[in-house]
Amino acid sequence: MDIRAQVSMVFHLDKCIGCHTCSIACKNIWTDRKGTEYMWWNNVETKPGTGYPTTWEDQEKYKGGWVKDGDKLRLRLQGRTEGLGNIFFNPNLPTIDDYYEPWTYQYDELFNAPEGDDQPTARPISLITGKPMDIEAGPNWDDDLGGSPIYASNDVNLEKLTDHEREQLNEVERLVFFYLPRICNHCLNPSCVGACPSGAIYKRGEDGIVLISQEKCRAWRMCVSGCPYKKTYYNWSTGKSEKCILCYPRLETGQAPACFHSCVGRIRYLGLLLYDADRIQETALADEANLVQAQRDIIQDPFDPLIIAAAQANGITTQQISAAQNSPTYKFVKKWGTALPLHPEFRTLPQLFYVPPMLPVLGKMKDGIYDSSAVEGMGQMLNSLEKARIPVRYMASLFSAGNEEIIKEVYRKNIAVRLYKRAQRVKDITAEEVQQALAIGKTTPEECEAIFNLTSLPTMEERFVIPAMAREEAIEQSLDPYTHKPAAGFGYREAPARRF
Amino acid sequence: MSNVFLWAVFPYIAIAVCVIVGLYRYFNDRFSFSSQSSQFLENRMAFWGSTMWHYGIILILSAHILGFLFPTGWAALIADQTRLYVLEVTGLALAVMATLGLLILIVRRLSNARAQSVTSAMDWVLLAALAFQVVMGFWIAFFYRWGSEWYLHTSVPWLQSLVVFNPQIQYVTAMPLPVKLHMLNAFVILALFPFTRLVHVVTLPLPYLFRPYQVVIWNRKRDVQYDAPVGVASIGPDVPYLRRG
Repeated sequence: MDIRAQVSMVFHLDKCIGCHTCSIACKNIWTDRKGTEYMWWNNVETKPGTGYPTTWEDQEKYKGGWVKDGDKLRLRLQGRTEGLGNIFFNPNLPTIDDYYEPWTYQYDELFNAPEGDDQPTARPISLITGKPMDIEAGPNWDDDLGGSPIYASNDVNLEKLTDHEREQLNEVERLVFFYLPRICNHCLNPSCVGACPSGAIYKRGEDGIVLISQEKCRAWRMCVSGCPYKKTYYNWSTGKSEKCILCYPRLETGQAPACFHSCVGRIRYLGLLLYDADRIQETALADEANLVQAQRDIIQDPFDPLIIAAAQANGITTQQISAAQNSPTYKFVKKWGTALPLHPEFRTLPQLFYVPPMLPVLGKMKDGIYDSSAVEGMGQMLNSLEKARIPVRYMASLFSAGNEEIIKEVYRKNIAVRLYKRAQRVKDITAEEVQQALAIGKTTPEECEAIFNLTSLPTMEERFVIPAMAREEAIEQSLDPYTHKPAAGFGYREAPARRF
Repeated sequence: MSNVFLWAVFPYIAIAVCVIVGLYRYFNDRFSFSSQSSQFLENRMAFWGSTMWHYGIILILSAHILGFLFPTGWAALIADQTRLYVLEVTGLALAVMATLGLLILIVRRLSNARAQSVTSAMDWVLLAALAFQVVMGFWIAFFYRWGSEWYLHTSVPWLQSLVVFNPQIQYVTAMPLPVKLHMLNAFVILALFPFTRLVHVVTLPLPYLFRPYQVVIWNRKRDVQYDAPVGVASIGPDVPYLRRG
């Protein structure tokens, strides 16, 4: 048993309003530099949709993540020798056009244009070449289903649906979408680390944050292909790869990451999980249908005295253990089981979990008549899963490697919570119906209250349980304090700019 | 006098610059060590240019180095006429490949606006030096046949004399001009090495073949050394803060 601590995250998609405040907060702090203009360490996608970079989920194209090969894991990208062979040209590298060419506008033309009959215009200028360009894509090009079905129909998750189901999604009465905010998953079994020939990418032992050493990166750019979530980015100007650092300088000073802190819908939760590092391999090797359960199983009970002892023996501090006991992510992921990993079939064991959104039910039943009455055999309101506009199979493709049972369980529990609270507040549901909902959702009134409280009423301290970083034990303390004096921003001690 | 400078002094200057500045840069500006790949901005020409150039030049350079390190073995290898023919023809083909690859890379940086925007002045200096070197190499291979043979009796003894700090310039002073230019330019490239992106050559990540997939770094001291599980072993304790004191 090798108990380690992991900073993990839960995004409650029911609460996401798609405002992109998180993306802007991140951009302003970290990626507002030359070479990073196109990077969105945090981005918000519309689903169904192709996302950013476009069709990133298509691993036939990008070859990200791990593949189960008998009782071994191998990179889908390439073997080690092959990796060195492809070092001069990476055949699976997305190019800037798969993201978008960043641009600005020539604003001075608005002021300097000679007087004439036409309104002066500010032409778009490429931030790479500095030349005028035609804008062909942007980071949210298919936001809110914009451009559907041209864009959204390329969503690889739709391949799991029948032609009939796909057609139905295009009907106006059935139109449906939800938002999927994405940051680096800080995986337990990161394939960007496995793909990096230089060994520049590493997982911090203390909290599991995955970082790229800017000094060790040599621009072999295998991480960009290797990450199935396309959350490592190549800085074309400095010749270094960069990725979400989970705002570790903020975490270390007790603040939530910028995207968490600024979240308008308060959809984000951050907390510690204790896991058994000895079981990473076997967890990542689980059968597809069992991947979600295996990921739950690797998370250990922070109240178990045996686990606490093992954690302490491994250098995990008392503050970290109590943070793990109060962790909101532990509740969502393990205790209630309502938060699921995104695309667990990539086998990287992502540590960002999503509570799938309740989907609007079908209004139009037949002959254009709107009818929200019950499905036969089930009480009023209890049938919203059966009547949801997006097929369960679509959500299963996103969050459970195709296991529809797990998706249904999550929805039934969340529906039960809703009905339980509705019976309390609106009082239009009978006690029998509530009992039935609780039984179907496999939950109790106490659990419903707890889920409701953490979902709807949490304080900042409940959403973000950030352990003290035990700075007194950090090695830097023994160093000359002036060593870090000139350090500023991203790039550590030197300006993050190309010098040769 | 100029002969002495060119063949007995300049090589030492070039190597000194290469090593001293290279080490200084490694220990003081490791961030700048990068291959500065621009494949991300331009993919199509990069495939033909980069692949042909790198594989061509690596094989040719290896042949040069092998001949220098093991002259007797090399002599034995080419003693057989068939093997000599095969080697010469292969060398010529690789020279064509590398030259063509480099040409594509140069055209790419001239014609593609995106690639142009990440091309520095030093990149052009380096490209010019490399282009000159491979064109000269090709010229020599074509017009001064059997280089794999006479190389052993001219450049190799001169290089060896440089290694033992007893420069014997008579081995090379009588060589034809293209050969002289080729040899001199090789040292010019060595001197350019620490000032350009060429430094990525020495960071070829061979340890990747042997290291575990996962890398874990602990910034805090741990009381217990744990046994690394299969495939998830840690490299460390590598302390980034301490590395540069």
